[in-house]
Amino acid sequence: MGKQNDQPDSVRQGITRRGFITGVDVGAAALTVSTCVSASRVEEHELISSGETVKVTLNINSRKHTLLVEPRWTLLFVIRERLGITGTKEGCGRGECGACTVLIDEIPRYACMTLALEAEGHEITTLEGLMDGERLGTVQEAFIAEDAYQCGYCTPGQIMAVEGLLRKIPEPSPEEIRRGVSGNLCRCGAYTHIFKAAERASRDRSKGGSS
Amino acid sequence: MEGKKDIYYLHGLAVPETPAAGNAPEPWKETRVVGTRQPRVDGYERLSGSAIYPSDVVLPGMLYGAVLRCPHPHAEIEDIDTSAAEKIPGVRAVLTGRSPDAEVLWREDQDYQTLLFNRICRFEGEAVAAVAADTPYIASDALRAIRVEYKVLPFTVNERRALEPDAPKVHSHGNRASVTHYARGDVFKGLEQADVVHEESYRTQCEIHTPMELHGCAARWEGDSLTIWESTQGVYAVQEKAARALGMPLSRVRVIGHYMGGGFGSKLKPGKYTIIAALLARMTARPVKLFLTREETYLVTGNRPPVDMRLKAGVKKDGTLTALDFSCVGTGGAFPSGGTALVDWLIRDLYTCPNVRTESTDVFIHAGPARPFRAPGHPQGSWALEQMMDALAEKTGLDPVEIRLKNIPLYSQAREGNPPYTTTGLKECIVRGAREFDWKRARAQAEKTRNHTIRRGVGMACALWFVGGGRPPSTIVLKLFSDGSANLNMGASDIGTGTKTVMAMVVAEELRISPHMIQIENADTGTTQFATPSGGSKTVPTEAPAVRDAALQVKRQLLEMAAKDLEAPVSELKFDIDAIFSKTDSGKRIKLTDLTDLKKGGVVVGIGRRGPNPEHKVVNPFVAQFCEVQVNMKTGEVGILRFLSANESGRVMDRLTFDGQVAGGITMGIGLAMTEIRVLDERATGKMLNRNWHDYKLPTALDVPPVIVSAPVEMPDDEANTTGAKGLGEPVTIPTAGAVANAIHHATGIRMTESPMDPTRLLARLVQATKEG
Repeated sequence: MGKQNDQPDSVRQGITRRGFITGVDVGAAALTVSTCVSASRVEEHELISSGETVKVTLNINSRKHTLLVEPRWTLLFVIRERLGITGTKEGCGRGECGACTVLIDEIPRYACMTLALEAEGHEITTLEGLMDGERLGTVQEAFIAEDAYQCGYCTPGQIMAVEGLLRKIPEPSPEEIRRGVSGNLCRCGAYTHIFKAAERASRDRSKGGSS
Repeated sequence: MEGKKDIYYLHGLAVPETPAAGNAPEPWKETRVVGTRQPRVDGYERLSGSAIYPSDVVLPGMLYGAVLRCPHPHAEIEDIDTSAAEKIPGVRAVLTGRSPDAEVLWREDQDYQTLLFNRICRFEGEAVAAVAADTPYIASDALRAIRVEYKVLPFTVNERRALEPDAPKVHSHGNRASVTHYARGDVFKGLEQADVVHEESYRTQCEIHTPMELHGCAARWEGDSLTIWESTQGVYAVQEKAARALGMPLSRVRVIGHYMGGGFGSKLKPGKYTIIAALLARMTARPVKLFLTREETYLVTGNRPPVDMRLKAGVKKDGTLTALDFSCVGTGGAFPSGGTALVDWLIRDLYTCPNVRTESTDVFIHAGPARPFRAPGHPQGSWALEQMMDALAEKTGLDPVEIRLKNIPLYSQAREGNPPYTTTGLKECIVRGAREFDWKRARAQAEKTRNHTIRRGVGMACALWFVGGGRPPSTIVLKLFSDGSANLNMGASDIGTGTKTVMAMVVAEELRISPHMIQIENADTGTTQFATPSGGSKTVPTEAPAVRDAALQVKRQLLEMAAKDLEAPVSELKFDIDAIFSKTDSGKRIKLTDLTDLKKGGVVVGIGRRGPNPEHKVVNPFVAQFCEVQVNMKTGEVGILRFLSANESGRVMDRLTFDGQVAGGITMGIGLAMTEIRVLDERATGKMLNRNWHDYKLPTALDVPPVIVSAPVEMPDDEANTTGAKGLGEPVTIPTAGAVANAIHHATGIRMTESPMDPTRLLARLVQATKEG
């Protein structure tokens, strides 16, 4: 919005393979990520245009997926629309709501704020990756028992946030739980039930269950 | 729905005949399954990622649609040049008002018809053009490549100025959308009779629904048939509107919405996006998925209208209300959309008052049209009325609980003929809530912090919801298989409230099988029965009686089958877990799975229908809420420490999901109270300045109290329907904001009459009070 009348040329300008972010309007999501990209790497690479693709190998839920992606594609877009892994949801596409939270090397991250290329070489875990075959993980089980969801759309992200928290802090305090899920919006307002689910999952795990 | 109000868009919807009141079954005396804490029957699907929400749909060859939107609140399109966009590789279709495919009429409202793409854009975000492309990225490239020449026109985005003579007009006939009046008794006399008269202005700000799943759909054509996977509260409502816009028979428009990620009223009807997706799919002969961006949803998918209210009330020394004089000005945006609908309802009907007058003025402004938002009108009116009751209590020296108990109505005063309520738990909600909250002690404790920097306050508020009883039509098909498992077929959507689980519990209650043995097919116009959209807190009281009826039809047939096998009259037989036996002859017992006719037929089918509501009676849910806050007098920060909600919603069907609704409604009410406001740039551009979740703040995990107590006042409402259940989802959010405002007043002595009560606004008032001190 607000940039709808730009010249088409500005869209099709060349971009560098690694430093593709700078100098080109590729949408709000990608622009915000630009701060993550080291400026010193910008000059040294060849130019490619937005329609061109690059081969990338993503390690998602311990499986390797090799595919061609445009450099501007987010990890979220690739996971949902290219790989059909739909547990990861899109709520805003710009790092506001946390519906797309996945674990990247055990840390909860917004998949909409991570480019697919950035995710290469890292271990990515989605909601589906918490399951043992068809069996739900402890956090998922706890969410069912405490009814820690309503429409269920923010829920995969909430579960990943709790999973990431419990991997780091197995027995979190109520305050740590609140902070741990504070990056995940729930418009249905299931927060208080989510707190209970996180506590239950922590208890269940300390009783001997792993994830 | 009351009179002409059509907030749930039921007007014009095909509504099948309601069956005559038949022999209604006896109410449940005791229940085994209903009323327990039952985890959701679709919990696994929702939590494993295997539930496919409409936005999850990926179809072979699917393209992505996107809509170009007017960046100005008021503009005329002079020219559109799409040639550059069309040349971008991967762009498959471009649609504008000039495209022959776009010659589609679009109904904003039952009385207001426009085109899909209008030359005059009356609000920021109005659709101007659309594209379909291989990826959403290319679609977005294409939108930026479309050149539009706008003639920017003067705008009005402040509803308080919309009626000034020089205000730019939204429509040629002016900016007055409607003025409605209501009166009973004589307000002037009532005010004369009062010992205390108090007058105050109030305002609630505009809220945006922002459900987590974006608005949109995937559309696919197979020859003349169209399938739409839409994130919606009502598949039949989408079918009706899409078929009408596209000039198609209903039978060829199939709408599927098995799961959906929240709506809160904003997904009761389809959007232009639905039609645009279908047109793009037809132009390209490929499936098209079109989901809006989050920013677009702030502009074009509805809101809870802002409203300015004025209330003057008279009360006797003993707390008896003598008069309520209310007026309000609000706006539903650029098209008729009920900007002030129901804002005055609680003033009219919540408390006993012989003399009431209300006037509601709805005006047009150059902003996106409203859509129903969880209990339309009610939280706004409640904000004024409940703060007024609190102020009257203070002025008369009564306790806030006491003054409300003085004015409990037993019938609906605002309806013609003053029909009684089937049940009214208002008094019980107040009494039980106050007791469980430990109201008196909490008030006294809080008052001990009067000299502290961090002060505590305790407040309460009450409400009713003007519908919530459900109503016909609903048709349910229940199939019992030969192994004793069942398939329940229902058109209604489960919007996250646990509808499917409650229905499985009703079947389980009657047929004595496990809720998890019941497979539910729902929300698909191709395969499930007609249903009105899930909204108005009517889904459980509408669908559950029809489900019970279907289960009873199945039961009747099973008993007849058993009577044949056991050679005993039906009247002698009784249902047990998975078997039927004779009450008089213990040797006569047969397992369901051994019934000869069930084995022969393979299935037993029961068709259930929703019977009519009781005549000349009103079915409304009631609620009282209590909360405790702490206020930092130096920063204006408010912490909400605890909340309790006592809801009378008839029978509690699933205690687990019931409590979830309570927590959710309060959380949303905290948003209205504390954080949510749409900011329009009145001076320079007329644009919305905070169309994202960073700048438009929802309550997060850090903004809700750690514990929200649900204390249901269970009064099975046997007259309301055959399950005794009333609605819950809306009543529970109505009094929340007012309760918080009253608690803040208790803590600080400051009356915050305008929402949201964020630290900046509260601090300004605290500083002012100190100065005036």
